[in-house]
Amino acid sequence: MNEAATPLQRLFRILVTVGPGALWLFLFVLLPTFLVLLASFMSRGPYGELSGPLGFHNYLRLLEAPYLKAFAQSLLLGALTTLLAALLGYPLAFYLAGHPRRDLLLLLLLLPFFTNFLIRVYAWLVLLQREGLVNAFLQAFGLGPLSLYPSFLAVLLASLYTFLPFFVLPVYASVERIDWQLLEAAYDLGARPFRAFLHAVFPQTYPGLFAGSVLVFIPAMGTFVVADLLGAGRVVLIGNLIQQQFGLTRDWAFGAALSVFLMGFVLLSLYFYARLQGERGLEDLV
Amino acid sequence: MRRLLSFHALLVYLFLYLPILVIVALSFNESRRGVHFTGFTLKWYQGLFQDPRVLEYFLNTLTVALVSTLVSTVLGTLLALGLVRYRFPGKGFLRYLLYVPVVVPDVVMGISLLLLFAFSRELLGFPRLSLLTVILGHITFQMAFVTLVVRSRLLLLDPALEEAARDLGARGFQTFLYVTLPLAWPGVAAGALLALTLSLDDFVVTFFTAGPGATTLPLYIYSSVKLGVSPKVHALSTLIIGLSAFFLALGYALTRRKV
Repeated sequence: MNEAATPLQRLFRILVTVGPGALWLFLFVLLPTFLVLLASFMSRGPYGELSGPLGFHNYLRLLEAPYLKAFAQSLLLGALTTLLAALLGYPLAFYLAGHPRRDLLLLLLLLPFFTNFLIRVYAWLVLLQREGLVNAFLQAFGLGPLSLYPSFLAVLLASLYTFLPFFVLPVYASVERIDWQLLEAAYDLGARPFRAFLHAVFPQTYPGLFAGSVLVFIPAMGTFVVADLLGAGRVVLIGNLIQQQFGLTRDWAFGAALSVFLMGFVLLSLYFYARLQGERGLEDLV
Repeated sequence: MRRLLSFHALLVYLFLYLPILVIVALSFNESRRGVHFTGFTLKWYQGLFQDPRVLEYFLNTLTVALVSTLVSTVLGTLLALGLVRYRFPGKGFLRYLLYVPVVVPDVVMGISLLLLFAFSRELLGFPRLSLLTVILGHITFQMAFVTLVVRSRLLLLDPALEEAARDLGARGFQTFLYVTLPLAWPGVAAGALLALTLSLDDFVVTFFTAGPGATTLPLYIYSSVKLGVSPKVHALSTLIIGLSAFFLALGYALTRRKV
């Protein structure tokens, strides 16, 4: 007995499956996004509450020097983290893909990543502080102690540490799919190892390389915790500015404008990524 | 070449494990400051277990994680099923909406929810920032991840299996309960485990949506760290590292069971 569902039954099934989730997304994702946009045009009232008048004043304020400096620092941190993640992660992905116990090695790669995010960041504070392990090591060679914490370097190291697996995993997925016959063909055609790699293997890893870059760049640029704990006021990123506006400063309208701006950066990086990878690439990202 | 790669890999793993090992070692260190090991002690763990606040924060963390994981797994699984099985107007938009919690920096996610709760409080009189608002926030990002994980699992399934069930006379709900759900189960379990980990790990969204009395362990760690290096935090971190290792191994065992 093969009964086709009536239109009413179909509607019922769609409502039951998609309905609750869709409602949730509308209430807790779409609506808040609108509220952030709305708030970004409002002003700070005398008691730190949101109030009129509406206008573009918050966006104009973004052009002031300290804020521009924070944007520059965020972009720099995102770019440097991505670069270092590529230097560490790209060769590692090849090593993992060719290893007989790669399952176990991948698990070991993920383990630090599954321990609490704050602990991973805090560990660098412990390592880099004045009486920390790194300075103890340096002093054994008669160097230092250096003031490594708080600094941009400390923020960069912790950010690299935190986001590195986001780079390795997509590249690893690409490396696993490499067609190695192309490399042999390149050798047969007389290419030397470096050229052969550059033209026969490297382009095949583009999807993973692009995905990994986006996955590291976005959170590194958007972080506030890493800079908060390891920059301790010396490194101020967009994320820190946002947190300040919603914390002590209590200027939610300006904080909302900063958030819209940060989202702009995120969408821009996703746009470039989609241009490079095609629409399908966005789905592969997650 | 292979040797160079091995050496590089060794360095990367050293980079990954050194910070964690230092924390674990320091949690057993007699001395309060510095990295010189002056003697083995369990006093930081004792201090941790005797602190009634830590127990309260632990229970808060657990409550949030369990409730939010349960709700987000149910919502996310249903949503994934609907997205894979049916066509309906607005489906494309819904899929984009689903990516928002995945790509948005968590600080933006935190303040948008804070704004939502503030506006709602102004207009409707609820909710107060509390464990409830933290749970609502966690469900929001967890659900997106669960949906994506379950969806990719459902896309792998052979539609012929469901057709066969219907040909044999199973009704819609019976097909779902006895055919689709068992087949999708590894995806659902992996999604739930991911949701649980994300909730236990979350600091930023919790930071913006928690009110007084809704302190979780990550919030406690943050405020302790802001005050300076503390051996009690090392002890707590070591326990959390051990638990995460356990859960990861469990997840690994689950996902290795393929169809």
